[in-house]
Amino acid sequence: MSPASFDQGTPAGRVLAGLAERFPAVEWAAPLGDPVARVAREGLVTFAAAARDAGLDTFIDLCAVDYLARPAGRFEVVVHLLSMEPPLRLRILVALAGDDPSLPSLTGVFPGANFYEREAYDLFGVRFDGHPDLTRLLLPDEWEGHPLRKDHPVGAVPVQFKALEPQ
Amino acid sequence: MAGPASPPGFLTATLQKAVNWARTRSMWPATFGLACCAIEMMATGASHHDLGRFGMEVFRASPRQADLMIVAGRVSQKMAPVLRQVYDQMPDPKWVISMGACASTGGMFNNYALVQGVDQVVPVDVYVPGCPPGPQSLMHGILTLHDKIRSGEIVR
Amino acid sequence: MSNPPDIVTGETEAPGLGIPGAAPPGTPGDDARRRTHDLWLTGTESPGEMGRFTSEGAQEMLAEEAPPVLAAQMGSLVGDDYAVAVVSGTGDTQIINMGPQHPATHGVLRLHLELEGETIRRAKPIIGYLHTGMEKTAEALTYVQGATNVTRMDYMSPFFNELCFSLAVERLLGIEAPPRAQAIRVLMTELNRVASHLLWIATQGLDVGALSMMLYGWRERELLLAFFEKVTGLRMNHDYIRPGGVAADLPDGWEDDVAAILDEVPRGLADYVALLDANPIFKQRTVGVGVITPEECRAFGVTGPILRAAGVAWDTRRAFPYSGIERYEFEIPVGGAGDTFDRYRVRLEEMRQSLRIVEQAAAAMPRGDYRSDDLKVTPPPRARLDQSMEALIHHFKLFTEGFKVPPGETYQAVESPRGELGMYLVSRGGAKPWRLHVRGPSFAHVQALPVMLADSLVADTVATVASADPVLGDVDR
Repeated sequence: MSPASFDQGTPAGRVLAGLAERFPAVEWAAPLGDPVARVAREGLVTFAAAARDAGLDTFIDLCAVDYLARPAGRFEVVVHLLSMEPPLRLRILVALAGDDPSLPSLTGVFPGANFYEREAYDLFGVRFDGHPDLTRLLLPDEWEGHPLRKDHPVGAVPVQFKALEPQ
Repeated sequence: MAGPASPPGFLTATLQKAVNWARTRSMWPATFGLACCAIEMMATGASHHDLGRFGMEVFRASPRQADLMIVAGRVSQKMAPVLRQVYDQMPDPKWVISMGACASTGGMFNNYALVQGVDQVVPVDVYVPGCPPGPQSLMHGILTLHDKIRSGEIVR
Repeated sequence: MSNPPDIVTGETEAPGLGIPGAAPPGTPGDDARRRTHDLWLTGTESPGEMGRFTSEGAQEMLAEEAPPVLAAQMGSLVGDDYAVAVVSGTGDTQIINMGPQHPATHGVLRLHLELEGETIRRAKPIIGYLHTGMEKTAEALTYVQGATNVTRMDYMSPFFNELCFSLAVERLLGIEAPPRAQAIRVLMTELNRVASHLLWIATQGLDVGALSMMLYGWRERELLLAFFEKVTGLRMNHDYIRPGGVAADLPDGWEDDVAAILDEVPRGLADYVALLDANPIFKQRTVGVGVITPEECRAFGVTGPILRAAGVAWDTRRAFPYSGIERYEFEIPVGGAGDTFDRYRVRLEEMRQSLRIVEQAAAAMPRGDYRSDDLKVTPPPRARLDQSMEALIHHFKLFTEGFKVPPGETYQAVESPRGELGMYLVSRGGAKPWRLHVRGPSFAHVQALPVMLADSLVADTVATVASADPVLGDVDR
């Protein structure tokens, strides 16, 4: 999807076209109609700040995905931003290599990214440089491993069925 | 005190009956609401189902004043030490009801995060099945516990 | 980790079959088992043990000279000009712990409160005490089973979880539920919104000392739960809305039940208004308590009644309609002060609006099938199983292997009673999701609690936490 294909007639299209014009290096796509911007990790903070100033000022979500073996990089960090006026959602994707899953923190742009980044660190081991307090969020402090990685077992304990002993 | 082999005498038998009766009639649960089951536990205590009929409407926030812990919901690895601490703070005699599939066996969440059954952490007297058990199920579990106390001995 | 799973089959060596301690040392399963085993044996009453067990998961508060970004999160303005709260007086503060086992935290929320006298200077929520690993479990369940898993996340609004999951799956599949299924979905979810808000108003009343509110709220809620039980078979955790439609048609006589609800609940609402609206104690405990501004809401991702109480008329049902909700007439109630009392007013009005939608949906319930006619996702009717071998095989395949979903990713949001509930679903073409991430509204709200709590009194903590209506199953997942 090229930036020229944004519908300039709608306010939402103009927001996206404006962003696309300012950041020529960003790859755009629209799977199932959702606008998606693929950003290099160095440019994430600048891009997110520009998106915020362009009206996408509600921080909705940040999560990581483990694609295991993938040429573009094992991990992907997914950010969702929302604009209330005009109604528009934007998904930002950042691909990360499996041996160095780190990217700059968004907490300086959106304070709400704090817990989401800690969750991604906790469950996937993705590091956010510049995060003020990058500690485990959901699991106990002394936990080892990052359970939502694909190479981590579900951790299931086999169910044992026992016959009742005759009294 | 008479041992289990010899039947208790008249005095101890009567005392035992009286103490057990008193214990069942004023059992105070500690609130240990964790997840979905906690909502049903609240429903059991609220207007429609009215746990007050069994002398149990006083849910105590402080474990020091409670003698029954209803573990209502899934127990995570992070929560298990807290649960055990609350249990240790309760005065004897004390009982535990494990409410719902998650508390009893881990339920459908057989994964890294949950303790697969709260009986790994504290001794459980009555298991209440269901996901979540309805108020009637919980009341049945409580009455089962009452039966257990009434038919048991006062010192364990 | 010494035994990673086989990448091809996904199988892992089971930790410690049968014999405690037989798991390979260092595996997560082994650690967890040993820890719980230790607990069993030792208990936690001895002082040393107590300290060891209770300090875990409680990352200490950062020092005051932490970066300005964090200071902003600890409760002051957000934006470019950070105004770091100046600690007045002697500067002597103490940190107290609240939770995770506390009757007023609505579950297992834990808060560190830094106090200066009676005033909260900073607050820090600590979560994870209900972490259930549902996102991991979702990757091990087929799309058919998935709704069973997600319905247990936000257990006060289970229909919304199922709806959000089903919509996301349907979006990837490129199918749409038939009109009757859509109307049933709207009917059930809006009734669920009323039930959730009733529970909220009951517990909010309880937390500020109005015990009778607790009893009244449950009185009306039981009516709705009885209807849910009649339709779905369960009072909670229904697994009723599934990809492709709903699990069963509405039972005979549902119109009478809905009519009874539409008759009784507004009467109950009038009771609450008489009880609370001009009640001086309730107003003193709620007016001006737990204030959050629209700008702070946006920066922290706060949505739903809290955002509307702050004066922003934002509703996902309006902006990104789903399940044909745009065909119904309703209004978005808006507050102005952004405090606890406004949240009460907004939620009360939302219940009335939801009942309005229910009335319209019940009156104009379309006829037809309640499941999609796409045989790929819809099991054959039960009666056919006795007659047709193919139907039996189809049924068996669907419930053992499930259906495959084309590769792709989607983000689907619905307006749950608490705010924007979103699910980010990634499929790589299999019968199980590759990744399911849930964006729970309560997660963002708990994160914003320090903003609402800053510079308020300790006694207001309970009212503020209750007004945010966090469901910890939604926060920790």
